Amino acid sequence: MSLLKLIKQKLRDSKSCNSANLAKERLQIIVAHQRNLQRPGKIDLDDLQMKLVEVISSYLHIDKGLVNVELQRDADRSLLELNVTLPEQI
Amino acid sequence: MAKIIVVTSGKGGVGKTTTSAAFGTGLALKGYKTVIVDFDVGLRNLDLIMGCERRVVYDFVNVINGEARLSQALIKDKRVENLSILPASQTRDKDALTQEGVEKILEDLKQDFDYIICDSPAGIERGAFMAMYFADEAIVVTNPEVSSVRDSDRILGLLASKTKRVQEGLSPPKEHLVITRYSPKRVAAGDMISIETVQEILAISLLGVIPESQAVLRASNSGIPVVIDEKSDAGQAYMDTVLRFLGENIPYRFITEEKKGLIKRLFGSKSNTEAVLA
Repeated sequence: MSLLKLIKQKLRDSKSCNSANLAKERLQIIVAHQRNLQRPGKIDLDDLQMKLVEVISSYLHIDKGLVNVELQRDADRSLLELNVTLPEQI
Repeated sequence: MAKIIVVTSGKGGVGKTTTSAAFGTGLALKGYKTVIVDFDVGLRNLDLIMGCERRVVYDFVNVINGEARLSQALIKDKRVENLSILPASQTRDKDALTQEGVEKILEDLKQDFDYIICDSPAGIERGAFMAMYFADEAIVVTNPEVSSVRDSDRILGLLASKTKRVQEGLSPPKEHLVITRYSPKRVAAGDMISIETVQEILAISLLGVIPESQAVLRASNSGIPVVIDEKSDAGQAYMDTVLRFLGENIPYRFITEEKKGLIKRLFGSKSNTEAVLA
């Protein structure tokens, strides 16, 4: 391997091994997630989930444990996700 | 009007007590009547860092329980005028801190002091809650490291929801970020997250950056707050932090890698920035 190649290789290695960038990316994700859990604005997700289950149960027979409400937020949008697993026969 | 400042972090071992001691001592050196209160009931350490462990007779819990007067429990610092310490109890547990008891003591301290520094225990249990509940301002101590930053973010969430100010409809305590154990060399090498990254993630205003420094362990070994060591990098960085808090516009130091000259490289001693923080 020529000296030039060796230097190039070294430079590339040092860039891809930047663990600080990795730490930053992991932190951005985990902190965003944490903020959703602890600061969901004025929305009480547990209460919302309970009421949704109540309403759906009056139309469909569902397993209350299989209803999942999640609020995801990032810089410019919020997403309310409702997941209801229905029994095979409705 | 006296101000209550909590020094908190969530994670243990990041430098809360070191920061409480240095920051409080710095305020006193600037002429403000300051008391540093140890909220770490059961695991007190502020007395050791301040070098007054042999002068502790009564403590915080004794005063709450009416076994001693506040004036009997307060320890006046021998080196710095205007500075007092209220030690925590070493034998009780954190349930000994009642909200009414803590409030009464803080109200009494407000009569005599300009600044009341509350040194929070690690974690998010009762001791940490009591330390932050009555705070007007908060110093969040963070290491440039993933678990510390995550825990700091958690603490910021609690400051914004579980403090007396918020519950009374006031604005949350003003939050200040102090980054400790910062190593510009490792940041330059890509092995440590930068000041900018910590700030970007936590999104609060920066008050100070304290470099990783041998002076911090030296200070705790001898029971002298590091800010008194005026020649040390950490001591100077803490004093800068105090001055910024008091409203002065102080540029940041010790945040870029020191370029060593050829002579220093060949003959210079080991870098001063590779030690352990107490």
